[in-house]
Amino acid sequence: MDSLNRVSMVEKHLISMNLLKNYDNAAVILNKEENVSIMINEEDHIRLQVIYPGLKLKEAYEYASRLDDLIEERVNFAFDSKLGYLTSCPTNLGTGIRASVMMHLPGLTLTKSINDLISTVNQVGMTIRGIYGEGSNIMGNIYQISNQVSLGLSEEEIINNLVAVIKKIIDQEKRAREVILQTQPKELEDDMYRSLGILKYARLISASECLNLLSRVRMGVEMGIIKDVDIKKLNELLVNVQPASLQLIEGREIEARERDFIRAKILRESLK
Amino acid sequence: MLCQSCNEREANVHITKIINGVKTEMHLCDECAKAMHGEKVGLGYEMGMPLSFQNILDGFVEMMGGFPQSIIGEKTCPLCKMTFEDFRRNGRIGCDECYKTFKDEMIPLIRRIHGNIQHNGKLPRRTGGILKYKRDIDRLKDELKNAVSKEEFERAAKIRDEIKELEMKLKEEENRG
Ligand SMILES: [Zn+2]
Ligand SMILES: [Zn+2]
Repeated sequence: MDSLNRVSMVEKHLISMNLLKNYDNAAVILNKEENVSIMINEEDHIRLQVIYPGLKLKEAYEYASRLDDLIEERVNFAFDSKLGYLTSCPTNLGTGIRASVMMHLPGLTLTKSINDLISTVNQVGMTIRGIYGEGSNIMGNIYQISNQVSLGLSEEEIINNLVAVIKKIIDQEKRAREVILQTQPKELEDDMYRSLGILKYARLISASECLNLLSRVRMGVEMGIIKDVDIKKLNELLVNVQPASLQLIEGREIEARERDFIRAKILRESLK
Repeated sequence: MLCQSCNEREANVHITKIINGVKTEMHLCDECAKAMHGEKVGLGYEMGMPLSFQNILDGFVEMMGGFPQSIIGEKTCPLCKMTFEDFRRNGRIGCDECYKTFKDEMIPLIRRIHGNIQHNGKLPRRTGGILKYKRDIDRLKDELKNAVSKEEFERAAKIRDEIKELEMKLKEEENRG
């Protein structure tokens, strides 16, 4: 597999950056639907990843647990009765579970509530991270919320706690959007349509600018303000405009500047 | 409703602020709202959104834990030859034996990360049988105490039978292993 394909797998969250760095001694097994991956020699010897859409954490865990049972028939995992499964990083001890949910939080970002959210979520044993792009800016207002504590709780408790927190965050995000809509309805609408305008007509656009504008348009669609854009199309663009995926679609390696040009073209054609 | 500031135009901007638990509401017209927040009102200026993130804390046990003690001497893991200094540098242990070798240093650290040091999740099938029985018996014994203190003797008797059965299974398992 060439390096473009590998990086695009990171962009699609199929493998981790860690695995990519250790490429020569690592391997990955993927299913056809690309929602299950088994990484070998990532940070630990084996790392299972199961992705489901929405809030189906329980289903994802049950699937991962069945896979774990199958692997365990052949492999003896390092285990301690007090510390649980012995992982190479002490932050993963115990269940070894990292349950996470990706969330689009433009409302909380706009109302500058994200820092409050981060510190509160930390206090309950969870973390929230932005998805970083080429620079150090958080791209597209997309955040990943996951459990920090993996030892002392059962898998079910970890998942239930996370779901409870996610539901509160969803409420807060809705509220933030309502506040903006109430206080600055015209500015909000203006901003959403300007974003759509740039995406439709730009000739050169960077990945991070593009993701931030896509976020704004998505917010417009979700709030029922922008009506003629399909959310599925936005989801597709979210992956396809990223550097490696874009080069993969074009089937060749492309310089950054030319990428910006091709990205604009892809956007224009898709949002026409 | 009229604007609280000019009392002339209709109020169509409603701002709720909660500062130190005190809620204040403001109802302003477009123009006064803009004037109050400067001429250029960017989208999503600090509007004192009524946050209730503190509610997220409800129902969660506060985590506790000490700080790691200072490290004494230069221990080396007999299996992978890693030192504790190595671990401090890259944050990863070398092998499962490291957790035994550096137990004194690791336990406070683990306690600080997770708030406890007792695994409560899934158990390996092969060696987990014994552990699971022991854990279930402990849990049932607590329930038994609880039932007795509430004078729920019928339930207590049932729990006692369950414990007996599990202890039998545990013995069988131990004899087999
Ligand atoms: Zn007024
Ligand atoms: Zn070692």
